[in-house]
Amino acid sequence: MEPLAIITFLAAVLAATWRLATPFIFTSLGEVFSERAGVLNIGLEGVMLIGAFTAFAVTFFTGNPVWGLVAAMTGGLTCGLLFALLTVSLKANQIVVGAAFNLVGLGLTSFLYRSVFSGRMETAREYHSFSPIEIPLLSRLPFFGEILFRQNIMVYATPFVVLAGAFLLYRTAFGLSVRSTGEHPRTVDSAGLRVGVIRYASVLIGCALAAVGGAYLTVAHTNQFNEGITSGRGFIALAVVVIGRWSPWGAFFVSLLFGFFYALQLRLQAVSGITIPYQFLQALPYLLTLVVFVTLRKRAAPPSALGVPYKSS
Amino acid sequence: MQLLRSIGQIIVRPTAAVAVALLVGGILLIFAGYSPLTAYGVMWKGAFGSMNNIAETLLKSTPLILIGSGLAVAFRSGIWNIGAEGQLYAGAVAATLAGIIFTGLPAFILVPVVLVAGALSGALWGGLAGFLKVRFGASEIVTTIMLNFLAIIATSFLVTGPMIEEVGKFPQTAQIAEAAHLPRILVPTRLHVGFLLSLGVAAVTYLLLFKSSRGYALRTVGISPDAARYAGINVGRGLLAAMAISGGAAGLAGAVEVSGLTFRLYQGISPGYGFDGIAVALLANNNPIGVIFTGILFGALRSGSEVMQMNAQVPSVLVSVIQGVVLLSAAAFGVFKITITNKQNEE
Repeated sequence: MEPLAIITFLAAVLAATWRLATPFIFTSLGEVFSERAGVLNIGLEGVMLIGAFTAFAVTFFTGNPVWGLVAAMTGGLTCGLLFALLTVSLKANQIVVGAAFNLVGLGLTSFLYRSVFSGRMETAREYHSFSPIEIPLLSRLPFFGEILFRQNIMVYATPFVVLAGAFLLYRTAFGLSVRSTGEHPRTVDSAGLRVGVIRYASVLIGCALAAVGGAYLTVAHTNQFNEGITSGRGFIALAVVVIGRWSPWGAFFVSLLFGFFYALQLRLQAVSGITIPYQFLQALPYLLTLVVFVTLRKRAAPPSALGVPYKSS
Repeated sequence: MQLLRSIGQIIVRPTAAVAVALLVGGILLIFAGYSPLTAYGVMWKGAFGSMNNIAETLLKSTPLILIGSGLAVAFRSGIWNIGAEGQLYAGAVAATLAGIIFTGLPAFILVPVVLVAGALSGALWGGLAGFLKVRFGASEIVTTIMLNFLAIIATSFLVTGPMIEEVGKFPQTAQIAEAAHLPRILVPTRLHVGFLLSLGVAAVTYLLLFKSSRGYALRTVGISPDAARYAGINVGRGLLAAMAISGGAAGLAGAVEVSGLTFRLYQGISPGYGFDGIAVALLANNNPIGVIFTGILFGALRSGSEVMQMNAQVPSVLVSVIQGVVLLSAAAFGVFKITITNKQNEE
């Protein structure tokens, strides 16, 4: 390739990186809260799907993606309430409930989509989603303009949401109690705080953000819904949390890294004359995750009480 | 006696869970404008209405019982293998390779070779996650999920590239040798000897878990790694063994699918058996004998829903909702007594 072509290619890849990282950023940030409080939710994929479908359906009927987003958050909070009810109050096994969420999320959204929307496909494609907002002047910058200043509102929101998340987790009393609950729930209990309430709140944050991450796919990234549109992103978000060492900014940058590999793979498939089978590029992010695990060794320790239901004595 | 009690435990509360799930599914059907009675009637007939329907149900139960039995061992040992889907693919690839390469062998040698190749390949794929856990402390939940993606992508690469059939050029491999086909046991249906094999594997894993000292050691590791270590049990080796056993069972399921049903490898050879198998094991409270029942239940739901889609035009994905709600209500009724062991104790 010519040098100029390489720069154009790189700008396109990096612009797509941020866009493709956005669902990971929302979802993994939420899961950081949940896991920091000691609740592992492997049902993120299901919650994302429910968010994606709710946002799609509401935007389709109201014509306004903002309502879609609000509905997705409501759907996510409902999921969170159910998840917390089962795992925190009833002390059911978190893996079981998470696995069930994935089944229900996929089944419910696909069933409703097929039975309610299958006849309306043509009109379904026409609703208005969040479109790219060009920042005046800055968007015309060479190279950086395309990457940083021609995105949609949900993409722009990500660093601010992560900033708010990091503030909440590290600089507030609530954040301190979340982090303590994941490490030593009994100490939190002795200090007179309600372990259950803190875990409910964290799970609600986790599911609401996962639903937003899913909604992004139907009201910003595209303007339609497909069965299983999340295609495994909820599982990737789980890996992002671990590799990002359970920190909001860690989750942000690891998400960008995954976004980069996704973007690279998609863009390289489109470039003619590249002879590597596309499956090798597809496999990169997953291989990367395994390599990171081997190199991180045991330095990244999960919250001590992760996955353990709390029984007050 | 313990067997009787566990069967009782497996029948009463899960039946209530199934009732709740059918109720939720019924409400959903009414909401979407279908008649639940008609839909469920067609579904029941589709699962058990004729000899052929029953055979199809058992065919769908076979991989679920195999995978569920293996996962029961892993979950009882406190290691969360979410990677049965990938291990199934790893097994299917190896079994197909064996079935294509060793064409000259007679059936009584080739069939075992194919099955063992599948089981070994699955055991290695699962064992890799076990190794990463024991050696590097990598969360098996995350690594097995990554290995799922990798196995599925690798299969896609193999059937579109190096292993693609000579003629036709569909993204699928050539047929395996006729001598590698599993014998049918209920002609004219497609039911094959793999179903009996799955019952055997369930029985063997039950004996291993509950009637042997090794199984006792594994369950101790699952309940408390600290106590296990104090008792002189090698925890790392136990976790590796549990991953290899569960991976091997899933790999065997892949081999059985290839040699009993599809006779070749293609993308999407599993409709998610590896994930359903997790639910099957958990619903049976990780008891391999119980897995036989929950496996047949999930197999019936799956084959019944396919007929329901064909004959009543109800989307078959309803089955995922029913399966998920079965798990959720079972969790709410306190069917599962296992907890994740304290991660810190595993250091």
